Amino acid sequence: MNNEFSCQEMTEVVTDYLDTALPADDVQRFERHLSYCAGCSTYVEQMRETITQTGMVPREETLPHALRERIVAQFRTWKRGN
Amino acid sequence: MPPPESSSSETALLAALRGGDENAFTALVDAHGAAMHRVALTFVRSSAVADEVVQEAWIGALRGLDRFEGRSALRTWLLRIVANIARTHALREARTVPFSSLALAREAAEHEPALPTDRFQGPDERYPRRWVSFPTPWSTEPDNALLSAETRELIADTIARLPDGQRIVITLRDVEGWDSAEVCSVLELSETNQRVLLHRARSKVRVALEHYLTTEFS
Repeated sequence: MNNEFSCQEMTEVVTDYLDTALPADDVQRFERHLSYCAGCSTYVEQMRETITQTGMVPREETLPHALRERIVAQFRTWKRGN
Repeated sequence: MPPPESSSSETALLAALRGGDENAFTALVDAHGAAMHRVALTFVRSSAVADEVVQEAWIGALRGLDRFEGRSALRTWLLRIVANIARTHALREARTVPFSSLALAREAAEHEPALPTDRFQGPDERYPRRWVSFPTPWSTEPDNALLSAETRELIADTIARLPDGQRIVITLRDVEGWDSAEVCSVLELSETNQRVLLHRARSKVRVALEHYLTTEFS
């Protein structure tokens, strides 16, 4: 049993697990723990949900117009000097 | 996900750009400019400075065009230029924590548990290091708070208050959707340190959501 992950360890290695950066034998220990521990199953589910929700935070999708204009003006200057 | 290498359309665009084609340039600006601006804002926070950083980055890219060999994706190359210039500006702004890879590595080396240790049973209790009480599951009803704009705002605010390294890494990985190799390359950070910072950041965002979803709505 000493070989098993504790719940506390589960909350520390979850990101390695989700990033598939956990060594194969640790993946087995991780999944074995999940199979019997409802608390850790909830926790891992919530980490996945956290990632999903963070991915939905709104982002600026276009460059502000004035900035784009300045960048294009820079290009023309660069071209002249080239 | 960005392609690992420069695609053939990018190669054609670059050839046109080297010939001074303005349409090729604006196509590039429209494809990558917004992402570059967001990255600049992640590093420097002031929007005027971020604008300067992006402008400088494009000049740097134009000057360095001949050095770009297509070994990395064009996007990664541009973002790395932005990150380097943003770092220089952040130093000039006399930030207490410049975003050098060394400073980020130092932040990663500090010990910080994902959850307060009192969430787990102590060494003398019946099941040491197991939950004192299980986390409360979040509602998955279609009208639940998870889907609201307020939740997104809470996440954005939580991220804004994180230490620099954690804030930058979670923004690039989870808001921007970069893969870990790209984040490591742009930040000049080891995979391990990158993951430590991501882990802390995500753990804190989860705690903020937990607090919000189980205190306000139950």
